Order: sequence, then structure tokens, then C-alpha cells
Amino acid sequence: MQAVLRPIWKVMEMEAINKETSKINRISGPVVGVSGLEGIRLHDMVLVGEAKLVGEVIRMAGQQATVQVYEETSGLKIGEPITGTGHPLIAHLGPGLMGQIFDGLQRPLNKLADIEGDFLQKGVTEDSLPQDKKWKFTALVKEGDLVKPGNLLGEIPETQSIIHKIMVPFPMNGRVVEVHEGELTLTQSVVVLEDERGKTFGVNMEHVWPVRNPRPYKRRLDLAEPLVTGKRVIDTFFPIPKGGSAIIPGGFGTGKTVIQQSLARWADVDVVVYVGCGERGNEMAEVLMQLPELEDRVKGIPLINRTVLIANTSNMPVAAREASIYLGITIAEYYRDMGYDVLMLADSTSRWGEALREVSGRLEEIPGEEGYPAYLSSRLAEFYERAGHVDCLGNGGEKLYAGHREGSVSLVGAVSPPGGDFSDPITQSSMRIAGVFWALDYELSRKRHFPAINWIKSFSLIDLSRWFGDTVEDDFPQLIQEAKALLGKENELLQVVQLIGQDALSDMEREILAISKLLREDFLQQSSIQDVDTYCSLEKSYWMLKVILTYHQRAQSALGMGIDLSEITSQSVLQRIARMKEIPLEKSAAELKRLVGKINDAFDGLISNWEAENA
Amino acid sequence: MPERLMTTKLAIKEYRTLSQIKGPLIFVERVADVAYDEMVQIIDPDGKVRVGRVLEISGNMAVIQMFLGTEGLDISRTGVRFSGDVVRLKVSLSMLGRILNGMGEPIDGGPAIVPEKMEDINGSPINPAVRNEPKEFIQTGISTIDGLNSLARGQKLPIFSGSGLPGNELAAQIASQARVLTERKDSDEPFAVVFAAIGITHRESSFFIEHFRSSGALDRTIVFLNHADDPTIERIMTPRAALTTAEYLAFTHNLHVLVILTDMTNYCEALRELSVAREELPGRRGYPGYMYSDLASLYERAGRIKGKQGSVTQLILLSMPDDDITHPIPDLTGYITEGQIVLGRILHQKGVFPPVDVLPSLSRLMKEAIGEGHTREDHQSVADQIYSFYAEGRELEKLVAIIGEASLTEQDQRILNFSKNFEQRFVNQGNENRSIEQTLNLAWELLSEFPKESLKRIPEILIEKYYKGKQA
Repeated sequence: MQAVLRPIWKVMEMEAINKETSKINRISGPVVGVSGLEGIRLHDMVLVGEAKLVGEVIRMAGQQATVQVYEETSGLKIGEPITGTGHPLIAHLGPGLMGQIFDGLQRPLNKLADIEGDFLQKGVTEDSLPQDKKWKFTALVKEGDLVKPGNLLGEIPETQSIIHKIMVPFPMNGRVVEVHEGELTLTQSVVVLEDERGKTFGVNMEHVWPVRNPRPYKRRLDLAEPLVTGKRVIDTFFPIPKGGSAIIPGGFGTGKTVIQQSLARWADVDVVVYVGCGERGNEMAEVLMQLPELEDRVKGIPLINRTVLIANTSNMPVAAREASIYLGITIAEYYRDMGYDVLMLADSTSRWGEALREVSGRLEEIPGEEGYPAYLSSRLAEFYERAGHVDCLGNGGEKLYAGHREGSVSLVGAVSPPGGDFSDPITQSSMRIAGVFWALDYELSRKRHFPAINWIKSFSLIDLSRWFGDTVEDDFPQLIQEAKALLGKENELLQVVQLIGQDALSDMEREILAISKLLREDFLQQSSIQDVDTYCSLEKSYWMLKVILTYHQRAQSALGMGIDLSEITSQSVLQRIARMKEIPLEKSAAELKRLVGKINDAFDGLISNWEAENA
Repeated sequence: MPERLMTTKLAIKEYRTLSQIKGPLIFVERVADVAYDEMVQIIDPDGKVRVGRVLEISGNMAVIQMFLGTEGLDISRTGVRFSGDVVRLKVSLSMLGRILNGMGEPIDGGPAIVPEKMEDINGSPINPAVRNEPKEFIQTGISTIDGLNSLARGQKLPIFSGSGLPGNELAAQIASQARVLTERKDSDEPFAVVFAAIGITHRESSFFIEHFRSSGALDRTIVFLNHADDPTIERIMTPRAALTTAEYLAFTHNLHVLVILTDMTNYCEALRELSVAREELPGRRGYPGYMYSDLASLYERAGRIKGKQGSVTQLILLSMPDDDITHPIPDLTGYITEGQIVLGRILHQKGVFPPVDVLPSLSRLMKEAIGEGHTREDHQSVADQIYSFYAEGRELEKLVAIIGEASLTEQDQRILNFSKNFEQRFVNQGNENRSIEQTLNLAWELLSEFPKESLKRIPEILIEKYYKGKQA
């Protein structure tokens, strides 16, 4: 156990000598074969070749083990050594994660650039977390306290926005016998524990965790609170709860990445883990350059202080895409355990699926649908199920170190179906597991209707209407229902219009078409570029809906009285509805409330005129 | 690549242990000390040397992929030498103005290239942490690109063409007109064009070379030529050779390099041929499952690096088989590149040049490269407004075809007229080279046919400033 608690590179240096070594006997791209590695286990991490490339055992048959290598294998020779490390692929968890950009093997890319230059080389190892940096540790325990896994030992101000909590690593427990406070590095113990047998352990600020294993928690909690994203169509129509999982499938150019980036900026969470998996390098550069400049909406602190970036761009080694996804979710769970709300963004899970397919092909496995391995959907399910709202381990006592802690990991995965066709196996398998589905649409994106979330195909299985009713306004859930119903009705009417033209519709039906257009253009569409509209509060969304639906109700009843449609649609108040987005957030509730009044006045005027004329 | 690979073996052993020749692959038995991806020299029975690389090693058998075909090889007399190094390309600044074959050897009758450096043709990924965000606007002189789908330095933008559509003409026009708007407005920054012809016809290649010559750009251009009648397998090398050269010029010699790759459809077909020869499980339409990663290893070799003067911008041409944008080649390309310019057959039939169909076209890096300080403050909202009206106009056209114009409202009629004018005046610019100012002014001219209040996508302040209509 103690070995696992030390930084991994050091483990390798010290113990590699004792580990089993054998020779490579087959090389095919990222897949390497070896025979006669005694004592090796499935999913053990191995070091491949003279260059010590990182690999993972993915199959064993008799004496022959198959290894997938997470780095470029060119130059590797038959007969070069493969050494077992005795442990699986792990993540290094501790202060120093925030604001960093890592590759899929958790190497700090900024540091690699200093060492090896602008282009990535293979086989370069570097500590994931800075070993010489001093952190100010403040203890929450004192000598003599009995602590259990997950109990808080102390705190470190990691960045301006994150207090990093040092917890008792699972599965350690015991009595605190020493406490070291003050400026310490990751290599020094902050607390020494003694177990019931009298054996002592030093606990450092850094510990390691196998990335494929979910981190433990006490129990799962209900998903009852929405994760406010600032995007109207998401927050009102298809909300994602804190601790929920959502997928965004869409063809290229439909705006998956823009939505993900916008969530990274504005989502109401404490920590964001952004995984660029097999995607564009320039996009990572964009995120990396903008986050230090953008500020948190509430605290005004640069967003980079709450963000961890993991980049495995499309031209980086294919197998490491899988590592990047697992690394990301493990880091997310780690901050969840401290009691934070974490959002993990994965762009794109399809690239991970394709990496599975490529490796499966090289293993000559019998393919399932579209050449993907048959275990694709179980892998995806395991991944999405790591999202959740939990009661944290070590929570639930009266002591300071066991105080109440709830945390959540919300997961948003982009999916890139070939040709934008949602029948693709990755979309279908992900859809069955994720509770929220934001379907992006070619048609909408071509009309530059962004976010291009199709309101007919998308869904959110989690009912948060109670929260909306209690927290925002009583009639909010009702307004949302009404708006959705209107758009459904519009869809039916448009089919009629396509066939026989608008003439066949009644005035009331035409009004529905007009109001739906307003809903689409002036409510659902939202710019990611213009500053004033890029983030919309729930309060403003509520009032915008209220304005549009008030207009609709008054229009329908006026039509019922016999007033002409052209008189209704020529009212000047419509111009003001079209400019609702431009109202700044802080003034929005008051101004929109006034607008509701103006609409009522306008219709009252219209009706009294009409009554006067028809009296 | 580690330096240890550069040391050539002292005594090179020649194997004569071929066991199989299959398509572009040869199988060599009883080899030792062979590295994956190593460069191999194959000596054919006539004593000529061909180049290949190691694809797979299993025990003491190596699978080698040939770059120049396997015709004329035999089992008993063909020799194989392993070089101990990956495939490298000679690169030099003096390559400018030269015409080379798909493997980077001169075919213009001039002297051999004196290498300044030997670079690994596969390159290495740029560390994402040192990438610089592309945000310098490139003015191509084409309204549909500059105004609606702007190109930025360091971007990779494909043109989705189809057989019979003038994709090459558009690419040539962009190559000769493209310039960067700097604060001094006119930039004299050093630039170069690297042109990789992949399996194109002699007619097409002479069109490009003639175009470069007449526009005076040939001295700053390096041409890599793989013709349709050259060995297919050489096509795997051609884009890699071009991009290796481009990276060298950009990041060692500080040039702004525009790389034109045409036609990537031919490249993908070569990749499929190779995959079939290896008896791999085919993916969609027979293309290999790793085609995404393979294409990414090419397209991602574009960008800017912090602290470096030069940049690599890619303009990629491909033909959509049967004009199908969901075909794996355009589909996978679109997922990697930062947008796409799509050519439309209907526009082409209407005589519009360049026939850019703006609705499916997109530039992902546009928003960073335009606006105040780059182009003009109204740029984004004008583009949004045009898109919105034109998309509606196209819908209306469909509707009118069924039910006639009679039931249209006044606004519908205006939108319909707008979309006709837009196609005829804005898109259809012929060979004119328009500045971004001219493009935006033309856009306002078209938009000013609408009453002010229907320009919902444009903030009121900008309407006040630029609106040209008669109404107050």
C-alpha cells in the first residue's frame, strides 16, 4: 500500500530493478506483444523499450501479453525490454493540478515545452505535480484524533478560487500522531498516522489513484438541483442537474465545441475539468489563452484558477485518448471528494471510441457494430456512471474534519457521429446511459441558429420543475411547458404550410407561427460572441418567456374577439420584444416586467378601440 | 525524434529473404534488430534502389510498405537494407522555386537539393501548450470567404469541391490574392507557398504552375507533384513531404507558409488501397478505421507557435464523391479542420463564380480574427444577418416552387429578392479581388433594402452608423 502513496516516477526509479523484465516480440502500431512477463496483471502499467514508453497490459493469453502503448512507437525494436511496474495506470492527485494543462499521461505540457521544445517527443518523463513548490498547509486535525478515509486533515489555498483539502487517502485510517503545519512541499509528510497495529504512515499532500477505478463515496444523493449554464435553451428546456450526465451529439460545424467551451466559462460550478480528446490543437490553444483573461461571474477571479485542462489532440498518440478520459474523470472525482461541484467536459468521446476500435482491430477481435468492439457500450456506461451527486467519504461527524460535505461530478460528453447520423453506435450507446440529450442539428446550424440544439429531438429525463418553481417563480415550469408545446404545434403547422401554403391556416394558427418564430429567434437563439447575451440568468430567462407568452395569450384572446391579425402583428411593442437579449442582466427583471405591462396596455388599447368601432 | 536514430549502422546488412510480395507490401523473413517505422532500401533485380518503411514486425518477420510500387520485384534476387532511421526528407530554403516529385526529388532538371537539414517526414505533434491562437485575418479577396467565413493565419480550411466544380481555380485565386492585414495595412511579411499535388491530372498541375508563374509567385513556391499516373503509394508520402518542408520553412526560416493540398480524395484512396493490402478490417465504405487519426496527423500540422515568427496555414482541396458531404472523406476532414468551404453545383450551373454555398460553409476561427482591430466592428453581426436572411430566402424559394409567390408577405418578398441579389452580386464576383471594406460595404448595400427594424441581428448603434437605406 505504501508504495502506491509515493509519486510514481520515484516508484519506478527505485523499484524497477526488482520488477520483471522481458523482451518485445511483436510491434504493430500502438500494439506491442511480449511473452514471459511473470507476475504481470491485466491493466498493469509497463515501461516499453529503451525509451521507457508508457503502456498498459490489455490482454493475456498463456505466456503472451499484449500491451497498448500510450506513446508513439516508431523506432521501437523487437527484443527491446518491457518492464512491469507492479501497479495500474494512475493519476497523481494533490495541489498543483489547477490551472495546469496535462497530456493523457498527466505530463505537464508547459514543463515539457521547457524541456524538449515546441514539438512533443516520446519517452520524456516529468513529475505531474511540482515537487519543489511550497504550499501553506493548515491542519484541521490535532494529535490524538482518530481519522477515517476521506476525513479532512487540513487545507491549502491552491489558487485564488480553490481551497485544496487534504483528505485521509482511502483505505488508510488510524490515530494522528504528528502534525506538520506551514510551508511544505509535496515530498514532505503533513500528518503521520498510526494504525491499530502500531504501524506509522506519513501522509503527503500528493497521493495516487488508479484511473480506471471510481473513487469511493458514502452514498449517492438525488439529483435535484440544476447546473445553471447561462444558455437559455439548456437551462429552461433541457436542464442538466448537478451530478447528471449529458451528451451533445452533432455533425461537424454544429457547435459541439462552442457549447463545451461556453460551459467551461459560465457553468455554475466550482471546478471544471476540460478534456480535449482527439480534437484540434488550435482549440486547446484558444481555451488556454482565453481562460486566464475571462473572469468568474460572481467572484471576478480569472477562470483558469478553477480549471484543469487535459489535451490529447488528434495527432497525439491514439491509445492515450483513453488515458486522457480516465485521467479527467479521476481528477474530477478527487475535487468532488473535497465537497466541490465539478463539471467534466469531454470533447469528444467518439475519438475515444475510435481509439478502442483501432486497438481492437489490431488485436484481431471479432468486431461488433460498425467495427467497434462489443464492449464499447459497457465501457461508455462505466464512464458515464462515474457522474453523480454524492455524500462524500469521511463526512458525517461533529468534528471539524468530518463536517458535512456533498460534492458532485457532472459530465458532458460531445459525440461526433459520422455524417451527423445519430444511429451511430457511440451515439446510441451513450444516449441510453446519459440522462440529458442535446441533439445538435445541421439544419439549424446552417441557418446560424445557435446553439443549434434541436428542441424536438432533445430531452432531459430529470424532472427539476419543483426546483424551478420553488427557487425562481411559481409559474416557471408551466411557462416552459407552454413554450415547448407551442414549438411542437409549430412543427405540425409547418408541415401543413409546406404542402398547401399559409392561406389554409386560421388567424389563430398564424399567430402561433409568428409567436414560435419569436420564441426561436428571440429566446432560443443565443450568441456565444456578443458579451451582453452570452450568459443569461434564470431570472432573465423567466421574464423573457413571460413576455413572449403574455403576448401570445393576449393575442389569442384578441383574435377570439374578432380583432384582425394584421392589427395585432403591427404593434410597435414587438420591436421591443425582439431586442430583449440586449438588456443587461442587472436591469433585465425590472425592464422586462415593465415590458409585460406595456404589452397588456397595448392590447387593452387595441381592444377598447375595437370595441368603440364595433359598438 | 531521438538523436540515437540518426546514427547510421556501420555495416549495413542486406537481406535476401523475401517471402511474399502483395500489392504495395513485401514480407521479409529472418531479420534482426529492425525498428518499427524504420526506413528501408529495397534493391530491385536491376540494381535500382527503392524506398519503403517498416509497418509491422512479428518475431523475425517484417512487413514493409513500398513507396514506389512493387512492380519488377522478385522473391529471390531482391535485396533489403534497413537504414536504422525513420524516413527523412532533405529540406532547405533553396527548395523555393523548385518543382519536385512526390518524394521530394527534383524533376525540373535543376541541381539536386543541398540539404540544410534532414527532417522526419512524420513530424512530431506541436505541444498544445505552446500553440498560439490563430487570430490574424487573412484577406483572400473573395467576399464569401472574407465576409462570411474568414480565414486566419495558422488555420486549416478545406474546400469541399466535386468533380466538375472549380475548386482548383478557387484555390489558385486564393493563393495569389491572399495577404494579411497588419496595422500598416500592406504587409510585406515573408511568405511562401508549398503546393502538394496528390494524384491530380497533368492538366490540373499545369494549370496551377501556370497560375503561379503568371502571378509571379513561382519563385516563392515549392511544388510537390504526384500525378494521377504516378504510383498510388507515393501519394502517402506527398502530403507528408510537403508539410515537413512547410514546418521547416515556417519554424526555422520564419516564413508564413500557405500549404495547398489537392486532392485529398486521392490520398484517402491510396490509404484504402494500402489497408486492403494489409488485410485490415475495413471501416465505412472500405476506408480504414484509423483514417481519422491518419488525416489528423496531416491536418494538425498547421498553426502558430508562441515566440516564432512563421506560421503554417493549410488550404485543403477534396472532391466529395457524388457531392455527398457525409462521405467519410469530407466527413472526417470536417471533424478535424477548422471549418469548410463548400462549393455548390446549383450555383455553378447558374454561372456563379466562385460557386461557394455559404450555408454549409463555416470558419471556426472567424470570430477571433475579425471585428474591431482586425477588420471592422460590424463584421460579425453583418455576417450573422446575411446568414439569417439567406437561409430564410432559400427556404422560401422551396416554398415558392410549390405554392407560388402569391401567398408571400411583403417581408418574404424582400427576403426572396435579397437572396437572389446576394447570389448574383455578393457571391458571384468573378475574378475581382475585393478588399474586406468593399465586401462589407457591398453587404450593407444589400441589407439596406430592408427596413431598419428587421435587421435583428445587428445592434442598433451599428445600424445607425452603416445603414444606407432611405428610411429615417
